[in-house]
Amino acid sequence: MPINADAIRKNFPILETEINKRPLIYFDNAATTQKPLVVLERLRYYYENENSNIHRGAHYLSHIATEAYEAARNNLRRFINAGESHEIIFTRGTTEAINLVANSFSKKFVNEGDEILISTMEHHSNIVPWQIACQEHGAKLRVIPINDKGELDMEAYDGILSDKTRLVAVTHVSNALGTINPVEELVKKAHEKNIPVLIDGAQAAPHLHIDVQQIDCDFYCFSGHKMYGPMGVGVLYGKEEWLNQLPPYQGGGEMIKEVTFEKTTYNELPFKFEAGTPNVADVLGLDAAVSFILDAGLDNIAAHEQQLHDYTVEQLRKLEKVRFIGTAKQKTSVVSFLFEDIHPYDTGTILDKLGVAVRTGHHCAQPLMDFYGIPGTVRASFAAYNTQEEIDKMIEGLQKVREMFG
Amino acid sequence: MSTIKEKEQEVIEEFALFDDWMDKYNYLIELGKSVPKIDDQYKEEKYLISGCQAQVWLHARYEDGRVYYTADSDALITKGIVALLIRVLSGQPPADIVDAEMTFIDEIGLKEHLSQTRSNGLLNMIKQMKLYALAFQKSKN
Ligand SMILES: Cc1ncc(COP(=O)(O)O)c(C=O)c1O
Repeated sequence: MPINADAIRKNFPILETEINKRPLIYFDNAATTQKPLVVLERLRYYYENENSNIHRGAHYLSHIATEAYEAARNNLRRFINAGESHEIIFTRGTTEAINLVANSFSKKFVNEGDEILISTMEHHSNIVPWQIACQEHGAKLRVIPINDKGELDMEAYDGILSDKTRLVAVTHVSNALGTINPVEELVKKAHEKNIPVLIDGAQAAPHLHIDVQQIDCDFYCFSGHKMYGPMGVGVLYGKEEWLNQLPPYQGGGEMIKEVTFEKTTYNELPFKFEAGTPNVADVLGLDAAVSFILDAGLDNIAAHEQQLHDYTVEQLRKLEKVRFIGTAKQKTSVVSFLFEDIHPYDTGTILDKLGVAVRTGHHCAQPLMDFYGIPGTVRASFAAYNTQEEIDKMIEGLQKVREMFG
Repeated sequence: MSTIKEKEQEVIEEFALFDDWMDKYNYLIELGKSVPKIDDQYKEEKYLISGCQAQVWLHARYEDGRVYYTADSDALITKGIVALLIRVLSGQPPADIVDAEMTFIDEIGLKEHLSQTRSNGLLNMIKQMKLYALAFQKSKN
């Protein structure tokens, strides 16, 4: 069923913002989406009615807050079809989830001469934690190359996977290109050599059905704020057998079973990885965001966004000197482009003046920009509330850019 | 030679003539095209002020008690603003440059380009221009 973007927009008060007397057109959804009323109301409801510290204290409020928090965990489990609720660890976001694994996994399993495998299209969040881990343990970071379209070179992948590889960490969807990577195949090949795989799902969660059991990945990470949820909350999914083997990431309250000054025994999953008071309100907000997505229908949202994507590409083709960056066969609704003769920053500045919010720059993926030999791109990324009329306005803005810069 | 304040005033008066932002940006683009480009030998890492979005190269020279700047940027609008900064500060005594408040950027409505989030190198460029002036001032004494 096609979604009614106009009806959906009513749930997003911020979309009524005006910039220079023009209505805001928000096309920076890959950076963060806007938040619907149900999410905002959930946060407020929590602080007005349920606020208390969870998993401790036997009083009424603590009880209902704990129940809501654990129900959210189970809903998130269902959202990505994980087998067990305790395989869902709440984190601050994708970045923290990756850092957790990079830190704890490497401490135990990465040694001198080992290799960690990432790809050319990774976000800095899925590069730097591994770089740090490699430095710490004397391991080497290897990189799966991509082709000009922005697709992983799967043949090269076969060649780089070896008995030195300790872990593969690859993005499900590229934030700069929109490429959807063949994660099942990546996992299958790594598993043939008994190598675990972490998937960065930050850009996939708002757009694709995620089934971690079907993908069969060992770790999967995503952020709430990119899928209509609050900032400051995200999820690390890990297979029970892996999470049980990893040492804790942070120490503190919640994550312990018994503490003496000589020795601490750790709590079981998922609490072992949730040290300290968790971000309860935002977890509940994320839960509400999941309901929002499921109510609208992930397929419906994806179909709507695909249509916007195709329309944008078609309209951009009519402009002169447009170069598309990222033309993979399998893509989400990210359009990354630049005018060959105009710096992306200049394009973005003029669009901003016209009330169109796009992202310009290197998208935290400098190695990828180096690969294409460009300073950055202009990126329009769509969400459920975007409309074709908004794209028409962006195209008008781009025509203006062409006029101004010759 | 005019002081920094006088030059700032000149720019403010010029910009007062523009009816809308579009004229203003067209002017910046023109300025960007005409800015005296930095000598190629200075267009290297050492002179680079990097921003996440646009890059700026800055070179300073000290002569007869005054500082002379040349600069360049890979983005035209940034380059236009770079040209304004140079017009106001280049050829001035180091002490005046160090003390310059540069409020004209705000008055001509371009302050947003100096914000952290723009990350276009301009904010650091002003800092760097002042640091050069400070260094020349010190070496003089
Ligand atoms: C592919 C990808 N990975 C990781 C991240 C980091 O997410 P966060 O900043 O929410 O931790 C992002 C966000 O930009 C992303 O797009």
